[in-house]
Amino acid sequence: MSERAAIADPGAEDEAPPRRRAGWAELRALLWRDKKALVGTVVLAVFALTAILGVAIAPYDPNAMLYDMMGAPSLAHPLGTDDLGRDLLSRIVVGTQVSLFIGVSTVAISLVIGVALGLYAGYYGGWLDTVIMRYIDLQWAFPNFIIAVYLVAVFGAGIVNLIVAISLAFLDDFARIARSMVLSVKEEQYVAAARTTGASDTRIIWRHILPNVTAPIIVQATVSVSYAILAEASLSFLGLGVEASTPTWGLILAEARSFISRAWWLGIFPGVAIMLTVLSINFIGDALRDFLDVRETGNI
Amino acid sequence: MTRYMIRRTLGALVVMWAVATLVFFMLRLVPGDPIAAMLFDAGDAGAIEALRHKLGLDQPIYVQYVKWFWNMAQGDLGASIYGSRVPVTQLIAEALPRTLSLAGLAFVLAVVIAVPAGLIAATKRNTAADHAVTFGAFLGLSMPDFWVGILLIIVFAANLQWLPAIGYVPLKEGFWPWLSHLILPAIAVGTAFSAIIARMIRSAMLEVLKTDYMRVARAKGLTRAMLILRHAFPNALIPVVTVMGIAFALLMAGAVVVENVFAIKGLGRLLIQGILNRDYPVVQGAILVVSAIFVFSNLLVDLLYTVIDPRIRYDT
Repeated sequence: MSERAAIADPGAEDEAPPRRRAGWAELRALLWRDKKALVGTVVLAVFALTAILGVAIAPYDPNAMLYDMMGAPSLAHPLGTDDLGRDLLSRIVVGTQVSLFIGVSTVAISLVIGVALGLYAGYYGGWLDTVIMRYIDLQWAFPNFIIAVYLVAVFGAGIVNLIVAISLAFLDDFARIARSMVLSVKEEQYVAAARTTGASDTRIIWRHILPNVTAPIIVQATVSVSYAILAEASLSFLGLGVEASTPTWGLILAEARSFISRAWWLGIFPGVAIMLTVLSINFIGDALRDFLDVRETGNI
Repeated sequence: MTRYMIRRTLGALVVMWAVATLVFFMLRLVPGDPIAAMLFDAGDAGAIEALRHKLGLDQPIYVQYVKWFWNMAQGDLGASIYGSRVPVTQLIAEALPRTLSLAGLAFVLAVVIAVPAGLIAATKRNTAADHAVTFGAFLGLSMPDFWVGILLIIVFAANLQWLPAIGYVPLKEGFWPWLSHLILPAIAVGTAFSAIIARMIRSAMLEVLKTDYMRVARAKGLTRAMLILRHAFPNALIPVVTVMGIAFALLMAGAVVVENVFAIKGLGRLLIQGILNRDYPVVQGAILVVSAIFVFSNLLVDLLYTVIDPRIRYDT
């Protein structure tokens, strides 16, 4: 379960399918109406652009040790420098790339695997359903972040293991949603119609059922990205994540921990980057939930 | 009801067994030999074999598993592989009160802030106060807990110097020393939880205020305070109680990270240090205890739920 999400309420299993289809024009209208979502989109776009351009727009080499150690924010170094004299702004800019990449890629992996597990479990039922859901329920009993820590405990630290750990930790949310959605639509007439035309199970699952269950999955994916970014930051902060040569927001904060009493900027700015990103995604997720008419299943 | 309780308790025990078994086998499948780690990768082949034999690691895995399980059932979780080989149960016994103190204080602080905030937001819907609470809740959910800890240290420890930045003092050495060391980490741990509770209370209150029995209560001419506190609030608490188990899980997860910011030697720090040192018995023990706390606090909340909401019956 997402540690900050998925406060399961008793009705969470029987969500109604979305009643309308989303068009681009409607999406634009939504952004215009919901100022929080508009701000979130703009801020997130800035971070995404920063991530794409990365080193190209960083004012200095993020690992270059300049002579100005623990320099306060100044014109030359808008966010100051760290204990080794590295430019903090450049490190945060490069960190954006790694943090956003991990956030998006982990959710993409857990979405694909989790949705597939949930679709097959729900569609076939029987022993397959029992085996898959027993495992998912076991994982559901723990917060995602704790699952990720457990997995790092088993696999060891490092960026690849971190991605695997976070991806696996978020599986259960997607599997549960996909399964409950399948159960709500698999008796629909269009599924029966597809079956009578001789469509294979695989075709029915991916071509007929999946397109009708996307709304809650999109919402879940959006909020999951924010939790994944928080999880990556926490794991990196604890020293369980990326190697020291790769600055991520969590790692920059970990390195700053010993110096924050003398150099406040080291403790403030990387966290502001995390907060703004996560806040933007939460704004967008909230608006999407209204827009796609996904009932709040206690997701916060 | 009794049958429900028995079934839930058995279920919780099965989950614990599954976690213990998974942890046992997965830690033995990992790359990185614990024996090599114990000898700091410097032992010769003979020493490695001797140690392997001494620890029973040369036996088939199912024999190891049965032995390990038997020892665990008797409360023996092995010993740290470093230094003076302190028993894991002793390490956990020292760490547990710190984590529980932290999570407990975080819980109290979070509820004390969230309940009035949620009530105000719901009763003064769409006013500046409501918007402030809603935005504050968004913010609380978006700040990493360890960063809140860092901010608090920068403000209250480094600059104002009101409170200590690190460490833990047991309660028996005085209330204020205990509280002063815990208050900053507790705020850091409780922020996200507080945001969740405030939002839940707000939306639950808005639901309740729309109901017929509230209209009747209003029609009777009850005062506004009486309406809110006596009639609406207790009903709005029901959905909040359902999330208490998860809330506690959230607080524990937060404590795992925040302990490392404030150098509090609790369960979280034990677990993380164990992972970083590849101290498998410690990792295994810490995971088991953390998991047990989750599983059994969830169980407790499920059972409490039936007391708080008498409409709920588990007769099946």
